[in-house]
Amino acid sequence: MDSSSTASTGSSSFRKFGLIALIAAFTIVAGACQKKVTAKPAALPPAPAAAPAPPTVKLSASPDFITQGQQSTLSWTSENATKLDLEPGVGSVQAQGSTAVSPSQSTTYTITASGPGGNAVDTVRVTVSPAAAAQPTQQSATIEELFARDVKDAFFDFNKANIRPDARVALTQTAAFLRAHPDLDVTIEGHCDERGSLEYNLGLGQRRADAAKNFLVALGISANRMTTMSWGKEHPFCTEHNETCWQENRRAHFVMAH
Amino acid sequence: MNAKRWSLGMAVLAIAAVGALALGAAPAPQAWFKTGTGMGVQKVRLALPDFAAAGATAQPLQQVFDKVLWDDLAYSGLIDMVSKSFYPIPSSWPSQPSQLQGQQQQWTQAPASAAMIAFGNMSVSGQTLSVSGWLEDLTNPAAAPMLSKIYTGPSTAKGARLLAHEMADDIVQLLSGGSPGIAQTHIVYSHQIGNVAELWVMDYDGANKHQITHLRTEAITPRWSPDAGEIAFTCFVPYRGVVSAQICLYSMAAHRVLYFPRFPGTNSAPDWSPNGSELAFSSSMRGDPEIWTTNSDGTHPRQLTFTPRSVNTSPVWNPKTGQQIVFVSDRGGLPELYMMNSDGTNVVKIELPGMGYVVDPTWSPNAQLLAFSWRRVNGNYDLYLMDIATHQLLQLTRDAGRNERPSWAADGRHLVFQSDRTGQSQIWTMLADGSGLRQLTHHGKNFSPNWSWK
Repeated sequence: MDSSSTASTGSSSFRKFGLIALIAAFTIVAGACQKKVTAKPAALPPAPAAAPAPPTVKLSASPDFITQGQQSTLSWTSENATKLDLEPGVGSVQAQGSTAVSPSQSTTYTITASGPGGNAVDTVRVTVSPAAAAQPTQQSATIEELFARDVKDAFFDFNKANIRPDARVALTQTAAFLRAHPDLDVTIEGHCDERGSLEYNLGLGQRRADAAKNFLVALGISANRMTTMSWGKEHPFCTEHNETCWQENRRAHFVMAH
Repeated sequence: MNAKRWSLGMAVLAIAAVGALALGAAPAPQAWFKTGTGMGVQKVRLALPDFAAAGATAQPLQQVFDKVLWDDLAYSGLIDMVSKSFYPIPSSWPSQPSQLQGQQQQWTQAPASAAMIAFGNMSVSGQTLSVSGWLEDLTNPAAAPMLSKIYTGPSTAKGARLLAHEMADDIVQLLSGGSPGIAQTHIVYSHQIGNVAELWVMDYDGANKHQITHLRTEAITPRWSPDAGEIAFTCFVPYRGVVSAQICLYSMAAHRVLYFPRFPGTNSAPDWSPNGSELAFSSSMRGDPEIWTTNSDGTHPRQLTFTPRSVNTSPVWNPKTGQQIVFVSDRGGLPELYMMNSDGTNVVKIELPGMGYVVDPTWSPNAQLLAFSWRRVNGNYDLYLMDIATHQLLQLTRDAGRNERPSWAADGRHLVFQSDRTGQSQIWTMLADGSGLRQLTHHGKNFSPNWSWK
């Protein structure tokens, strides 16, 4: 088995490189997208010089979709305006700036810029979803969806419980989620592939779960929020007898604690 | 250093020699193996003519009885059963000692060439089956029968099986110089359906399979207590709101799971001390999985190993003295075998020739041999025997799937293990030289067998 286990370690490091390359590729694509967006305002035609220039104003909200009780930041920029009015509820503001708002229901904000060259108006709508307390079932479903989307499992090499570079990336994302949801506790399940012995794998799975926990503790997540256990090879995610499947099963898996 | 290297070289040579011999069709009977198992001595040639049945109700029971007794004796590892085609004509088969008087030569001469004969008769009275059985030494006609006994039990097929097992054990005890037979022992194992594995128990020959736990969870790695009154195993049950591996105890007398304290982390792979007063198991209650012992009620946990960043598991107590524990540790990288004193001192690695992944150790009842599963370069898990004093090896399985979790019978001549050679994992037994394979389970996934010593 030594020869094939070496081979499997080799293939998983290939996989690792592939993953890093993929992440790098995504980063480049994302960067390119951002450039395109920011390029648009720069393409606006320059204002004529002679007559008093008409004012321009631009208003944005980030995020423009919030849950009741959360805040959105309104940001604006203007040119050739002497007076700016942001309604409802804010009033007179500087030529450019930002302010936090917390509307209790969906609201359209209007900014009016006036100056020697006339008036200009821009609007932005902040959509507000009902508060968590109002509909607990919908809230918990949302959390579960977020958990499934943002919490990443850590994967391991054959017969190992050390945190690989790809697992560092995954656990760092998981830590961000746990930091954003300080009231949430998790169970970390250790899993192993089918090749090890039943009893040894129970121990190895525990070490994998603990390794993931310790990494998160190092990232500032409280140890009290995380309980570890091991299924060994008893509850595989994938039941085929090949390395792709074995890699799927060598993991520390996060489950929401109830 | 030089001396150490030299002796290691010699050991490798010796093992290579054993390996070369073991490659032959039949396993080579080594001196150390004979001493360790009591096998390989001249087998007794025994004739077993059909028992006489009085009446129609006794006849079907007699057929069950004869078959079970024959199979038990043939599988004992001590007896060479003389084929019935070599017997004298059936009308001369004895059913009581008087019928053998003066006829011994018919059995001792070729082709039967028997040294011993077992015979008898049976009758049914109401709900009771009564079997009269004898064992005679054909080479010593003047002597009284070695065995002369009446066996009684229920007049059912199950009853007939039981009486055959009783008589087989009596005969084996007489022919082995006093060590009891194993025909009345049991095997506990895990039977899996979906994500649930429950404990089942069967007779040593695979008969009377029945479920004993109903925990709706994973019940794995069962081990009988020395008196076979309790079974310790790994169960997945809640501890502080989270399901985790814990030690569970099942009482055969009370037919239920007994209280056992729960600990943080993974607690698994329990084994009993030879007097039944302590359990050793793997626990991560204080960090990484280490070997711990507790009293058999779970009190007084004591940590025996201290090797952070490694897995220590599968502890097995020297069943003779209780003074050593063999266990699995990956402190050196891959899982391998280590031996320590039962207080945790004097840890020594058990060196094997070549690389590998060594798991599932188990001591023979006389503590001279270890059986274990070793995954070598071919990728298969195969079972091996090792002489603890000399480290000589014998390979028991070869080119037949994964073979794991060996467990000795009390006679030191049989092993039960799991193998996936037919597809899914099933329970098999064999003689300790690798011969006499018997498949005991056929349906579903069956694994983690353990043989009772009572």
